[in-house]
Amino acid sequence: MNWEVIYKYLPKLLEGAWLTIELVAIAVVAGLILALPMGIARASRHWYVRALPYGYIFFFRGTPLLVQLFLLYYGLSQFESVRQSVFWAGTTLAHTFTLGDWSWDFSLRIKGLRDPFVCAVVTMTLHTAAYIAEILRGAIQAVPPGEIEAARALGMSRAQTMRHIILPRAARIGLPAYSNEVILMLKASALASTITLLELTGMSRTIIARTYLPVEIFFAAGVFYLVIAYVLVQAFRLLERKLRVDACQGR
Amino acid sequence: MILNLHGFGHALWEGTLVTIQLALSALALGLVLGLLGALAKTSSHKPLQWLGGSYSTIVRGVPELLWVLLIYFGTVQGLAALGEFLGVGSLELNPFAAGTIALGLCFGAYATEVFRGAILAIPKGHREAGMALGLSRTRILWRLILPQMWRIALPGLGNLFMILMKDTALVSVIGLEEIMRRSQIAVTASKEPFTFYMAAACIYLGLTVIAMIGMHLLEKRASRGFVRSAQ
Repeated sequence: MNWEVIYKYLPKLLEGAWLTIELVAIAVVAGLILALPMGIARASRHWYVRALPYGYIFFFRGTPLLVQLFLLYYGLSQFESVRQSVFWAGTTLAHTFTLGDWSWDFSLRIKGLRDPFVCAVVTMTLHTAAYIAEILRGAIQAVPPGEIEAARALGMSRAQTMRHIILPRAARIGLPAYSNEVILMLKASALASTITLLELTGMSRTIIARTYLPVEIFFAAGVFYLVIAYVLVQAFRLLERKLRVDACQGR
Repeated sequence: MILNLHGFGHALWEGTLVTIQLALSALALGLVLGLLGALAKTSSHKPLQWLGGSYSTIVRGVPELLWVLLIYFGTVQGLAALGEFLGVGSLELNPFAAGTIALGLCFGAYATEVFRGAILAIPKGHREAGMALGLSRTRILWRLILPQMWRIALPGLGNLFMILMKDTALVSVIGLEEIMRRSQIAVTASKEPFTFYMAAACIYLGLTVIAMIGMHLLEKRASRGFVRSAQ
């Protein structure tokens, strides 16, 4: 084992690890937001509402993330109309504010799907949203019916019951499964290296191309992943304890 | 026809066969590893418990893609040295073997937990009954524990198999000619990425559906004689 090489490339690996964390953080938060309406629809009493997000969930859970990544990154460019749209190339918001003789140039670059980071984030978000939607469905269905009936008996409307009773309860029930999903996404983020993104795995492969020391560098990357996963697990454990309403319920 | 495959349909079909072979061989390896891991984890020996525990924790904490890359590129030197030592020239792992080992390893780590749960779910009295009848430890395992474990572990294993089947796409990264790799080749030739990646997606969907039906049948068979618990 050549420890010096690991030490030498540690800053590079840290850089990659940070990109991995960014990817996962954005994807799981955006995925949760996207999954919320789908999860609620999936737990509906009406079959036609339940059927609405089913196609989406079936596709994203039934195909590998790698395929989805390639479909968005390489596949969409097949269509001329996509290549010319704003979503593909991104856009720049620019405006010059003037106030008397004072002026300020404002410019914000919004990257499109052509950018590997944006593409990876979008794909991972769409992918994880399908899984989180199913987690939410399970959690909503696991809320004791008596509590919902009690809320309704107190005169709460359906929307109020959803907001004040069902969702807060479902959040606590679904949290362990959600934390699992976050860990799975952490591992899935390694796939972003296949669309040229230099996150932890991509960075490792670049370093290996230079040093020809696969065992050392992959070992170091593996340790990084283990550490990130460990921290995430501990953080979720803390969150779970904080969210617990009283000591009697739950685990 | 919406999907014009430019004569690559046959190549994709062959890729599908490779994917199925890879998934099944990784499943076989993973089931053995998972069973060993679960037995180690539930054994009464501390070192064995530790071994099983660290296997499942470490393997589950590292991305599958990293395992695939590590096993394929990381064993080159070691195997070359081994080949020299044995005097058989240069040994090396082909992508199929590397993919099988990597995916089997990952499947085994998750299966360890599934099997462990199933072992713990078998009533203690059954084991004690076996002991009272004078059965040996291996007999108790083969005749009492394993047949009952199978039924309990099946749904969990089914989920893991679906995940495994989708993970086979990762092995395209090291050049195994399965569905993804074949699609990539077709894309290079035809310049129609969407068409071929969509075709690949449809094949995976089809495989998932077939696996789901297969799981349903297996579960039905395994739980015959048991009342289905109300959902």
